[in-house]
Amino acid sequence: MLKKIAIVAGLGLALAATAEAQTPRKGGTIRMTAPYGSSFSSMDIHTTQRAQDEIYAKALHRSLYTWDSAEGKPVPELAREVTVSGGGLVHTFKLRDDAYFHHGRRMTADDIIWSFTRIMDGTKAYPGARFVRVIAGAAEVEKGQAKEISGLKKIDDFTLEMKLTEKVDPGFYFFTAITSIYPADEGAKEGFIQKPIGLGPFRFVEHVPGSRIVLERWDRFYKPGKPYADKLIVSVMGEAAARDVAFRNKEIDTSVLGPAQYVAYQADPNLKGTIVEVAEVFTRHMGMNPGFKPFADKRVRQAINHAIDTDLIISKLVKGKAYRATSWLPLTSTSPLYDKTMKPYAFDPAKAKQLLADAGYPTGFEFEWTTSQNESWGLPIVEAIIPMLDRVGIKVKVKQVETAVLAEVIRKGDFQAYVYSMATGPDPQAALKCFYSSTPQSACNYTTFKNADFDKMIDEAGQTDDAAKRVQLLQKANALLYDEAPVWFFNYNKAVMAVQPWLKGIQLNATELTHQNVEDLWVDETSPAK
Amino acid sequence: MLSFLIRRILQTVPTVLAVVLVIFVLFSVVPGSVVSSMSDDGRGPADPQVVERMKKQLGLDDPVYVRFGAYIAKLATGDLGTSFRTREPVTTMIARRMWPTVQLIFAAMMFAIVIGVPLGFVAALQPGSIVDTISMVVAVSGLSMAKFWLGLLLMYLFALKLGWLPSFGYGDGGLKYLILPAVTLGVSPMALLARTTRAAVLEIMTADFVRTARSKGMSETRVVKWHVMRNALVIILTTIGLQFGALMGQAVVVEKLFSWPGIGSLLVDSVLQRDIPAVQGSIFVVVLFFLAINLLIDVLYGVIDPRIRYA
Repeated sequence: MLKKIAIVAGLGLALAATAEAQTPRKGGTIRMTAPYGSSFSSMDIHTTQRAQDEIYAKALHRSLYTWDSAEGKPVPELAREVTVSGGGLVHTFKLRDDAYFHHGRRMTADDIIWSFTRIMDGTKAYPGARFVRVIAGAAEVEKGQAKEISGLKKIDDFTLEMKLTEKVDPGFYFFTAITSIYPADEGAKEGFIQKPIGLGPFRFVEHVPGSRIVLERWDRFYKPGKPYADKLIVSVMGEAAARDVAFRNKEIDTSVLGPAQYVAYQADPNLKGTIVEVAEVFTRHMGMNPGFKPFADKRVRQAINHAIDTDLIISKLVKGKAYRATSWLPLTSTSPLYDKTMKPYAFDPAKAKQLLADAGYPTGFEFEWTTSQNESWGLPIVEAIIPMLDRVGIKVKVKQVETAVLAEVIRKGDFQAYVYSMATGPDPQAALKCFYSSTPQSACNYTTFKNADFDKMIDEAGQTDDAAKRVQLLQKANALLYDEAPVWFFNYNKAVMAVQPWLKGIQLNATELTHQNVEDLWVDETSPAK
Repeated sequence: MLSFLIRRILQTVPTVLAVVLVIFVLFSVVPGSVVSSMSDDGRGPADPQVVERMKKQLGLDDPVYVRFGAYIAKLATGDLGTSFRTREPVTTMIARRMWPTVQLIFAAMMFAIVIGVPLGFVAALQPGSIVDTISMVVAVSGLSMAKFWLGLLLMYLFALKLGWLPSFGYGDGGLKYLILPAVTLGVSPMALLARTTRAAVLEIMTADFVRTARSKGMSETRVVKWHVMRNALVIILTTIGLQFGALMGQAVVVEKLFSWPGIGSLLVDSVLQRDIPAVQGSIFVVVLFFLAINLLIDVLYGVIDPRIRYA
């Protein structure tokens, strides 16, 4: 499998290299699609963290950091330089002095302070609060005990000091659009939602709810010569079949592919060359509740992992549009945390039976499995597994719920087992902390995992300044988790997008393939869009 | 006439209230809430503090009867509430989405009427002929075809193969963007109108007053024009009225398929994300639209057939 990944990564690099080799063309229209079903939730990106909304927000807004797909890590975006002091807790940002909002005013440290304070407004429920809370004094603002975030200090207009509560990389906290920087003067006005103003490479022109958003080039964008295109149109297209027709008809430049289309596009010589793919930082898994007696025994959980022919499911049902999970931390080609030496649980029903017998369940048991209808990690997968588990004596009762309901069920712990896709990156420490003993189930410790050794390793990793030691500790914690098997390790999502040959500069963003730094995209003269 | 209109409008109040109550209770008992869909999305662990605050802010912690009372109180002042999802007034959202839906429905009905009614007439005037057979095959096919599939078929043919029309989107609101969604939506009422018209005309053709007119020597053209058409129109109009209401519901699939920015796609998004104020508001408007169309049809009955009196 690693060989395949290397080939894919190589293809991606080759694609990027080809794009680099050509001179980007100025002008034209980029026509992207927002493929995740519903229309954009809001033009106020602070209120929504849906993957769908960030597609347009990456063009309109900018955050303190951005995701560098080539490096596979967050990098400063609105700061030219970041210095760390105070034992790793104080970060001083030398801000850009050439970043202009779309109404013409230059961004200063005040805008960042205003935006973060807004997000922490305790009377609202901005999802970005979970990130901003890492700044000292932010929680006090949230609780209404303070009006200002004490950990944010303006040194001058273009220097900002940020004191954190934990020794973490703030890049992982401030790279998504929910922590976008708004202009303090305009952001508070009522009309802002109808006509948002950002710092991004494109400015707002029109939003037709449920249909599209139109943006045009912001000439004063701080990256010289960028963006390349004059216009960006993001169309809401939740129906895969409609997207397929539109893509083949050259009406759109990008289209996310599902498993069935992935197979069809690979088989079509005209479309095969349009595919780009990346291992995203999501791990699909079946979580087991130790409150349900059999799952309290590690041997039972391991037996489940051995009883399921995961490779068969990935190849036949998921149509190869996934990578086999070999642990919790996701496969990303640039992550130093991904342990290439780890092997997945082998499909071994005999061993599964033995483990069950050792655990006191020689004839198996029955459990209820809560699932959504998702084609890649929901009901079809569960249905394929039922006979596999039956072979080792485990009976499954299926409980189907909607995806939105599933999230609630999992958070409340109202399940014996669930199947879900969860963000397990890009911050490995945050991903593993979901299994930390004191992390509540309502946060993300859905399997109420408790292990003192695991906690110790996470604590030590959080305290050390030695990067190599940190990697080693987190890898060990990940390996322990793998052995304890609180989940069935299913797959890491392989995101697949079809890209028209005239659209150049697509980045293989492992955090979400549809989230592109659009200023780096350009269309050549063969694009049919004017 | 005026008292009839006032009475009919007053009759709609309990209907609307009942619909609002049913929807409210339904969305209060079904599992899942806007908080689950907004705060998680599978992209990152939900923050328990944000979740709790969101529930409090949106009043989701309150008992159903308290929330319903508050909603009705607002409704009485013409306020449809604030969307959980977009945090905008629901009236603003609906106002923005209404025009594209109205465009779509009227275009679909125009297509249905212009094709369906003549088709039914021609078939009825030549029963058993090849024209009759073809028109009825078209009608049955149109009725039994799933909209999603038909839409894709039209996209494939007229956009991909022939390149005549865009396959999706609202564009600049121009006609070329409207044609495919309108035809997709209009095929089913067209088929129904063809069948209804044919049946109505055939029945009227054998009625006593038609036989009498013929026996008096009235020409066939005059018989059809003055007796058959006039009487068939009442039945056709009833069908059109009912179909208008039905199309509001059916527009959901078409709007989603063609990325059409109407109230149907707003409703679907709102249901999936448990945006109760937006669901309530959308259904409220759909119901009002349906009732208004029915009222209009009732008024038109009297215009077409003076024998119908408003008691």
